[in-house]
Amino acid sequence: MSAAGDARTAAKLGLPDVGPPRFASLDAVRSGLGDVGYLADDSISGVVYLADRLAKPVLVEGPAGTGKTQLAKSVAELTGARLIRLQCYEGLDESKALYEWNYRKQLLRIQAGGPGEIESGGAGATAGAGGNGHRGPSWKELEEDIFSEEFLLTRPLLEAIRSTDPVVLLIDEVDRVELETEALLLEILSEYQVSIPELGTVRATRLPMVFLTSNNTRELSEALKRRCLYLHIDYPDLDRERAIVRSRVPGITEELADQVARIVRSLRTLELRKAPSVSETLDWARTLVILGTETIDAAGARDTLHILLKYQTDIDRAAKELLSVS
Amino acid sequence: MLDLLSGFVTELRKAGLPVSLTEHLDAAEAVHHIPLEDREGLKYALAATLVKSSSHWHAFETAFEVFFAVRTKGMDGLELDADGNEIDNDGEGDAAGTGKGGQKGRGKGSGGGEGMSAEELAEMLFKSLMSSDHGLMNAVARGAVDRYAGMEPGRPVGGTYYLYRTLRNLDLDGVLAKLMAQAQAGAVGGALTDLEERLAADEYKARIEKFRRAVETEIRRRLVEDRGAEALARSVRKPLPEDIDVMHATREELAVLQRVLQPLSRKLAVRLARKRRHGHKGPLDFRATVRRSLSTGGVPIEPRFRHPRPSKPEIFVIADISGSVASFARFTLHLVYAISAQFSKVRSFVFVDGIDEVTRFFEGVVDPADAVARINQEADVIWVDGHSDYGHALTEFHRRWGDQVTARSSVLLLGDARNNYHASQSWVVEDLQRRARHVYWLNPEPRDYWGSGDSIVGEYAAHCDEVVECRTLRQLEHFVGNLA
Repeated sequence: MSAAGDARTAAKLGLPDVGPPRFASLDAVRSGLGDVGYLADDSISGVVYLADRLAKPVLVEGPAGTGKTQLAKSVAELTGARLIRLQCYEGLDESKALYEWNYRKQLLRIQAGGPGEIESGGAGATAGAGGNGHRGPSWKELEEDIFSEEFLLTRPLLEAIRSTDPVVLLIDEVDRVELETEALLLEILSEYQVSIPELGTVRATRLPMVFLTSNNTRELSEALKRRCLYLHIDYPDLDRERAIVRSRVPGITEELADQVARIVRSLRTLELRKAPSVSETLDWARTLVILGTETIDAAGARDTLHILLKYQTDIDRAAKELLSVS
Repeated sequence: MLDLLSGFVTELRKAGLPVSLTEHLDAAEAVHHIPLEDREGLKYALAATLVKSSSHWHAFETAFEVFFAVRTKGMDGLELDADGNEIDNDGEGDAAGTGKGGQKGRGKGSGGGEGMSAEELAEMLFKSLMSSDHGLMNAVARGAVDRYAGMEPGRPVGGTYYLYRTLRNLDLDGVLAKLMAQAQAGAVGGALTDLEERLAADEYKARIEKFRRAVETEIRRRLVEDRGAEALARSVRKPLPEDIDVMHATREELAVLQRVLQPLSRKLAVRLARKRRHGHKGPLDFRATVRRSLSTGGVPIEPRFRHPRPSKPEIFVIADISGSVASFARFTLHLVYAISAQFSKVRSFVFVDGIDEVTRFFEGVVDPADAVARINQEADVIWVDGHSDYGHALTEFHRRWGDQVTARSSVLLLGDARNNYHASQSWVVEDLQRRARHVYWLNPEPRDYWGSGDSIVGEYAAHCDEVVECRTLRQLEHFVGNLA
């Protein structure tokens, strides 16, 4: 069934071949991610698997610090692919995301004259000779020449498309760009191609895996969402968080990991301005290990609470509710 | 399978989720890649292709439980066989019984109850929660539904009542207390410290919540068997958080609203700030343009513009916080303050029949929710009897603060204008409109009800720039967004 699916995907995208699927089965995804140190739950591994099979980008949303970016990195590591990262920010435009013409080089090229003369005569002589009625290549030839791939500066998106080795493309914090800039992404996300007016359409030779992350500071456009698979990564449940702590913090005992995970879960049930994220949990666990803590008591927790919580009001509230110290 | 999927997609659309045709096709293709017996996998595949916003997850989950519940029955049976408990056998028998037909299922259900006394059931529940044993928990849920829910076939209900009945009989609070007592007794050093106690309590609460869900799932499953997926889906369909009618929200729904309000207001603030930054340019800055042109040989290639000076309005929010409309007023205040950076000044007043300024509660507060909470306790809004009197409140506002409303102010009046047949004193609104730039009235009642009974919104409306129906967060956000 999967072979038929691949052929269909390839036909849909107008590609000769989309290559063999990266993952053999759902379980292969999960165990593979586990091997590279990313503990995925059912939904994460399921969506990664589908993204590969359907050749669709994945839009990952969720609170900060729950491993959205890390997921892309881990998938890259797992598949042995190169990670190409596009960090989004306000004001990102075509020339930073897709491609740009190398104006300086083009200018040099125009001044230098035709390619033949560069080899035989040298640049200076040709430029001088221009006035003597000796004309270089015709304007048309020149135009074709300076708008060739040689003068194209590839930016992350184009680079991911043109790459011949396997690639994972990470478009980070896509909610930071303006609504209009989002449109830049649409062609690449649905067709895996980039249209350059002077050059034509560049198609992908190998399909990259694409991950987009969003912190949900604004609603993304319907057009973008429609083209992606959607994955919401929330805070992990108790068992998974404990496992994450155990695997990412060397030298932590089982009891301490358990206690850390349980305290963090209780903290998240409080009404805080900023609930502790997974990365903060890990920081806290590391701190406790360095301090040589074996079991956490109220006083110890109070002293290190500022690693988990970043607002004074939150710290006070947590201390009062959870640790009964004010 | 494809038919089932189309039914499911139709249901999602009815629940208000925007599912496009492409997404439907994607889902159909995704299903091919998931082994059919993997129900969780199916769920995530559908979620990934059909649901594109985390706030829609709940609606999706409910619909999924309903549409794909029947299939799991066989699987549950198998699991139970593997466990090989006596209870499990019992549970399996029931499942088979309910499968045959509604009437019979009920007869068999009471039979199951006989097989297990109330004490046994409570004992098993306690044990399953203590050990966090999933199979056992499901079995207990099944037994409890058999015994207590008293389900009647063919009734067009969503199952909330059955859930309530089952849980009331199980006395989960009592169970929690018992679990805590057990934990205390089993502690190593005699007694638990406060921290340990709290952690244990949270742990058990989480387990009980899990059990509650098991019961809910069980009830849903039976209802689906009784009435079919589509009929049930209609009864359990709930509005999306943005579409909940604020005035008639239940306590649970209010909690949901409270949760979505925070991200909503943050998004709104970001959007408005951006709009402002990227909006119009100011007038041409001649001096800077000439200075700049020196680097291009005097040719003004790049004109420079002054920074725009957007006029920020001053906002007066005057909100009715009596009984029914109180939650609406709270949400509006919350939202207005969340974007207060967009206004030069926000002043807020609340009234029932007396009126009080509450601006001070919001000063220096990071989270508007805290301030809103304080208003209810501390604001002095009762004049005589604590029934809404718009006339008196407005007159009082006019007397004490009326002269501070200037041409730069916008006035928002919040309320249903149900005046308990007092005098309307609409001349105040008329005067406010003369002084202020805009006067808006936000009414949380459906438009059809305006002017019925003791509602006198019509009298005020004559003097307002606009009267807006604001029943849901979506409408509210839209209005506040346009205001700034």
